[in-house]
Amino acid sequence: MSLSTDVSLTNSGPGKPGATQEESQSPAQPSPRNNRRSRQRRERLFQWLFLVPAVIYMALFFGYPVVKNVVMSFQDYTTATFFTGEAPWVGLANYATVLSSSLFSTSLINTALFTIGSIVGQFVVGLALAIFFQRKFPLNGILRSLLLLPWLLPLIVSSAVWRWILDKDSGALNRFLGQLHIVDTGIPWLTSTSLALIAVVGVNIWIGIPFNLTILYGGLQEIPDELYEAGSLDGATGWKAFRHITWPMLRPVVSVVLVLGVVYTLKVLDIILGLTNGGPANSTQTIATQSYALSFQEFKFGEGAALGNVLVIISLVFAVLYLRASRRSVDE
Amino acid sequence: MKSAIRTRRPLALAVAALVGLPLAISGCGTNASASSSEDVKEISVMDYYNNEPDKSFIGDALTACGTKAGVTIKRETVPGKSLISKVLQQSSSKTLPDVLMLDNPDLQQIAATGALAPLSDFNISTADFAPGVLSAGTYKDKVYGLAPTVNTIALFYNKDILAKAGVTPPTTWDELKATATKLTSGEQYGLAFNANPTYEGTWQFLPVMWSNGGDEKNIDTPETAQALQLWTDLVKDGSVSSSALNWTQADVKDQFMAGKAAMMVNGPWQIPALDKNTALHYGVVKIPVRDASQTEIAPLGGEVWTVPQTGNKARQAKAAEIVACMNSDENQMSMAKARNTIPSKTSLAAKFASENPKLATFTDLIKTARARTGELGEGWPAQATKIYTAIQTALTGKASPADALKQAQGQ
Repeated sequence: MSLSTDVSLTNSGPGKPGATQEESQSPAQPSPRNNRRSRQRRERLFQWLFLVPAVIYMALFFGYPVVKNVVMSFQDYTTATFFTGEAPWVGLANYATVLSSSLFSTSLINTALFTIGSIVGQFVVGLALAIFFQRKFPLNGILRSLLLLPWLLPLIVSSAVWRWILDKDSGALNRFLGQLHIVDTGIPWLTSTSLALIAVVGVNIWIGIPFNLTILYGGLQEIPDELYEAGSLDGATGWKAFRHITWPMLRPVVSVVLVLGVVYTLKVLDIILGLTNGGPANSTQTIATQSYALSFQEFKFGEGAALGNVLVIISLVFAVLYLRASRRSVDE
Repeated sequence: MKSAIRTRRPLALAVAALVGLPLAISGCGTNASASSSEDVKEISVMDYYNNEPDKSFIGDALTACGTKAGVTIKRETVPGKSLISKVLQQSSSKTLPDVLMLDNPDLQQIAATGALAPLSDFNISTADFAPGVLSAGTYKDKVYGLAPTVNTIALFYNKDILAKAGVTPPTTWDELKATATKLTSGEQYGLAFNANPTYEGTWQFLPVMWSNGGDEKNIDTPETAQALQLWTDLVKDGSVSSSALNWTQADVKDQFMAGKAAMMVNGPWQIPALDKNTALHYGVVKIPVRDASQTEIAPLGGEVWTVPQTGNKARQAKAAEIVACMNSDENQMSMAKARNTIPSKTSLAAKFASENPKLATFTDLIKTARARTGELGEGWPAQATKIYTAIQTALTGKASPADALKQAQGQ
């Protein structure tokens, strides 16, 4: 947008030095007005040419998969389709099957609980740590970079490690609790229908803390010290300083962190697959894992795509919120 | 004006390039298969034996078969989990290999797409193969794939632990429950199996379900409910850890090796790992049946070799030679021995069992083993999902075995 306004501004001007020269050199040519229009057209053309690589990239790597996924969700897309290319149109049948399945409400509730639980946990712990690291103390930098580790580990590795930690019989967590005599029998973290979702949320919080910590810490650094100094003169210290200075100043960053966090969390797949595979008895089944199972385990690609689109629409709501939030923060 | 023409040229170029690009890409695809018949020098092969020692065993057998057929083998190994997605990609871009290995429950799924050639087109003999092996390789009355060696699951038991407790390996469900309870103490469970929410959980349940007369077409039957009741009882009375809900077969083996399970349900592919621990003395028996009069029906595992429809008759003929050679008697015997699997020809069973006593139980089971896709074909994945869902529902106590099966079947 900004590019086109820039160019049109220069074009509407009385003419650049180079342009006037060219005009004077060709007196027999049509009127200068005509000439200017052709130059305008040329410039416009170049604008489009500069856009071409980006447009091609977007169309190929974003547009095509999205369109393909939408089309697929209206087709009876099976393994045979890959070989024959035939995918009969079935209208809304895939959506009807998926939405009326008894598993859909379970997955939807689990997705909501998983997302809310993860976001609240990540944000609260991340913010607390960010505020903590605001203080100056030895090893601050090293500790902060160590906290980034969960973010750097491949998700499959972390879920394998956590699967071992949370094991009922020989897991490290139950051993630890047993040593402290807090529990006497192993807690079935990943194999009890009431605990599995909590355990999975816990692991996802652990993975999400670095992201929240980093962004919120950055936001805190932006708040000028003078505000706190002035505040302390007026008696605003501790909780009051946080309530009346930190929180209002941090609001734009907070909204970005939360909305991005929601969009990332909604589509979490590998952690759940690695930890429980959706079990026990579907108690950690989310829309993302269910869509994966439909497409790649049962080969019902149409239904998998339909469920995937439901997830896309949910994410889209939050993406729009994010765009509005970020526009507001730019305005501010 | 001059300048306007000058600018138009790059545009024309860009348009030409854009239009040309897809043409060039699609051109690459067609050229390869068009080069035709007479002299086939190289055969491409894809399989999922990407880990040693299987990688070399299979690779050596392929190379030998290639030499015999007068071609060189260009082999690609991919991880087991990505094989099917790779095959689907290749079938849509028409770049399937000349010889393709598939896990047997996937064969009908792929054969149904039309991507495979029936082996009868190449006069490959299917005589002597165990009925289960043939039904796994058959789609709509035509054989599309043959497995040189196959496997199944049985009951492994720790000889030392059983001897110390003064019990013998169980043969019926009642004995299994009693023995497992007796062998459970402290950190040691009587039995370990895997009941996770994947096809592996279904696979481990099939022996008790099938042997008791259960059937995958309809799982809402008293026979299947009895089988699921057994699994539920074993977990409920604590002789199997509830971690079984999340274990893989490899986890089950680890529990057994660590002495944390006195018995386990597992397959012969674990034997090399078990043999590494020389202090571990184990035996293998059939998985118990409810009534001593029942015969055990085990599920058939193993990989089949197929000839994809590549559209090049000469190459397909050579590929068929390779598939036939991989399934020859000598190769079946040597591969079975090396890989701890069972030859799929029944005529080889007696000789093999006497030469490899460790695998005798498994060899015996293969004669009556059943293929997972034998009845339902492409419908198997959906039904297998229902089975493991029911197992998980019953084992977590969310519903009684009968109700769990009813719910799952109705889904």
